Amino acid sequence: MKELVCICCPRGCNLTIDEDGKVSGNFCPKGKEYALEETSAPKRTLTTFIRVQNRKDTMLSVKTSGAIPKEKMGELMAYINVLKVKAPIQIGDVIVTDILGLGVNLVATKNIL
Amino acid sequence: MIKKDLVIIGGGSAGMGAALQANKLGIKSILIIEKEDTLGGILNQCIHTGFGLIEYKEELTGPEFLTRLEDKVKEEGIEYKLSSTVLSVSKDKVVTYSNSKEGVREVHAKAIIYAGGCYERNAGEIELGGKRISGIITAGQAQKYLNIYGYLVGKKIVILGSGDIGLIMARRFTLEGAKVICVAELSPYCNGLNRNVVQCLNDFDIPLYLSTTVKEVKGKDHVESVTLVSVDSKGTPIEGTEREIECDTLCLSVGLVPYLGPLNNLDLVKDKAGRIAVNQYKESSLPGLFICGNALHVHDIVDYVVEEAREAAKGAKAYLDNELSSQTETKITYGSNINYVVPQSVATPILTDFTLKFRVRSNLKDVSVYIYNNDTLISKTNYTALIPSQMVMINLKKDKLEEPINLSIKVEERK
Repeated sequence: MKELVCICCPRGCNLTIDEDGKVSGNFCPKGKEYALEETSAPKRTLTTFIRVQNRKDTMLSVKTSGAIPKEKMGELMAYINVLKVKAPIQIGDVIVTDILGLGVNLVATKNIL
Repeated sequence: MIKKDLVIIGGGSAGMGAALQANKLGIKSILIIEKEDTLGGILNQCIHTGFGLIEYKEELTGPEFLTRLEDKVKEEGIEYKLSSTVLSVSKDKVVTYSNSKEGVREVHAKAIIYAGGCYERNAGEIELGGKRISGIITAGQAQKYLNIYGYLVGKKIVILGSGDIGLIMARRFTLEGAKVICVAELSPYCNGLNRNVVQCLNDFDIPLYLSTTVKEVKGKDHVESVTLVSVDSKGTPIEGTEREIECDTLCLSVGLVPYLGPLNNLDLVKDKAGRIAVNQYKESSLPGLFICGNALHVHDIVDYVVEEAREAAKGAKAYLDNELSSQTETKITYGSNINYVVPQSVATPILTDFTLKFRVRSNLKDVSVYIYNNDTLISKTNYTALIPSQMVMINLKKDKLEEPINLSIKVEERK
């Protein structure tokens, strides 16, 4: 038996998962999915920024298009921190495809004209 | 003097949400006045995800959420002024603002929606002990420095207060290579959402010390250490529990306070904590002045802000259509385990359904929330747990509310 707090939405359900993978305490189906994943291979969406080369003091906010393994966050930050981008950039533009082979893209979350 | 049907003060999520609804309802001339050089308010610096689950049924970052509102505002051709500070609002609804192009200007509004947001409580307001040296910064300010300007404020950071921005910044600081030594919280419970404790603190092994505060800040010109101290149930420091922690930055996440500067000379009716009192249309004691978003009360998530802004816009529309004249108001009463309620009063006749929003004072388990009108029970909702950081919302149907109106809220343990 393990107790978890669901991170899928602000409700933050208190979940319990037993040895057979039976989940309780979840308000919606996402909680069940989360509990199973969190106890086997936890994942997180990463958000950070990249400096825009051709715009003074301008940061481009970015996110991974899906969740990545939790333990890869540090490696991914190191990779992103040396990336260089140039404006104009549209929200939703893919900055890096299949970043570090994790099967997700790095995507712009802001328009920089 | 310029004349407008509706002037909206603040172009953040509340201001834009109100403007879009007002436009949809057919209010003709609308003007948004925003002090920053971009629309979107605080969402500009909230680059993390967690926004939009209710509004858009998907998880967005702050900039993505605001861009959806901003695109719509532009598409609808709603007028807005950026880099313009509202200096004052008068009783006859003249809004005085200034900017570097126009100088000081006045605009006469038939109705006003005030959506000026919050400011962060700072070292002075919490009577922080010790020196006022550099290296003490509020979490939102540190967030702006990092996410907007690209500056990390320190390398060894202690966070005081467990508000959501503090928790979010603990993660951001860590990802950017700083060491977050701990988060100290005066209350015996965390003030931020549980999900943020998990994904911002536990993920990075950052300890959260409850019933703990900062007794003293030490250093010559810059922060060199802080002294933490445990507190008893009344928040009084316990002697002998002091421990000094070496750090270069003390980051404060000790609460948000509605920013009401431009409304100060209006003598509006306020609640005990200084929030502007409103009725269910979000109308203040000055007819035609509506308040919404974090300027009214601090919200948990932006989706609720936008929803509340729409209600304020509906109120403004009803006011402009003369539907809110000749109203009488009664105050909503509530039990001592409730911290505050919005709206503070109900105006009759009641034109539409509305939502009661409130927060409890401490962590409660297995409770029922009862809403009475006079002595008649009109709503009962059960909760397995209620915590102060979670806003409780109870929707009330217009046809269940028979006059005279005397609403009261009770939160009781289930037996």
